[in-house]
Amino acid sequence: MGQKAPQRKMRWIWIDKFIEFESGKRAVTIKNVTLAEEHLHDHFPGFPVMPECLMIEAMAQTAGILVGEAKKFQEKVILAKIKKAVFFHYVKPGDTLKLEAEIESITPEAASTTGKITSSDKLIAEIDLMFSHIDQNLAGKKFPEENFVFTGMFESLLRDVLLDNANPSESKSEEK
Amino acid sequence: MAMNRDEVFGKVQEVLVDALGVDDDEVRTDSALMRDLGAESIDFLDIVFRLEKAFGIKIPREELFPAESLMNNSGFISNGKLTETGLNELRQKIPHIDLSTFENDPDINKLGNLFTVGAIVNYIEAKLNAA
Repeated sequence: MGQKAPQRKMRWIWIDKFIEFESGKRAVTIKNVTLAEEHLHDHFPGFPVMPECLMIEAMAQTAGILVGEAKKFQEKVILAKIKKAVFFHYVKPGDTLKLEAEIESITPEAASTTGKITSSDKLIAEIDLMFSHIDQNLAGKKFPEENFVFTGMFESLLRDVLLDNANPSESKSEEK
Repeated sequence: MAMNRDEVFGKVQEVLVDALGVDDDEVRTDSALMRDLGAESIDFLDIVFRLEKAFGIKIPREELFPAESLMNNSGFISNGKLTETGLNELRQKIPHIDLSTFENDPDINKLGNLFTVGAIVNYIEAKLNAA
């Protein structure tokens, strides 16, 4: 007791960066799929394709950060329900996924999002999710004080896109 | 927008089929959301969001399914049953729910059975008529 536990870092990030971020409304991320991802060699041997469940996770991270930011990361945002997950095409190493999430409804206790994943303008998946702000729900149950959902790792992910939003002219000249 | 009871029921049915993954014919007026349709706590929020969208209305927290505030007030519950005060609170809060059978044995474990498809239809009808 009294000793602060070291911050645990879970390296479980299935998006590479945000390219668009409209607070409380919409977020777009990119995920580059590569054969350097160990699991693709087993899924499946000789036919590497990104597991659909990880696409759901990638969308949950995109939409979850969007929902969390809308309340300034003060809520513990937990994926509560997969309302819809439909997949249209395989995703292979070398593919770049674009994940677009939008907030459909948000209240003090929960949020619902809609989303689609595309690769080179080809529709890969449609994924609609629901998130719970757990401190506002499940009356009587206690959760840890600290926000174990939004740890430091998300800040760095968002940093670049928020900087671009703040200085749109600078980012443009950088692209040239 | 004027809508008759059948039309309201049809839309509510559609919402529940989508939200709970059940078949049309499972959604009857007397079906209880948890007991008969397998709804869990997060589904109630999902249903509220979908109803708001389908009918273009706002549903304030705890208005349609006001269970939480009841359960958290010790004055409303005694020996696992709702007290007379609790029952009165319930009557006031949910005029859209028929309490006639529940009143005889207000066991809080049966509270969930009050949230039926018919109760949602009643609530939406009242809400649309008031608008």
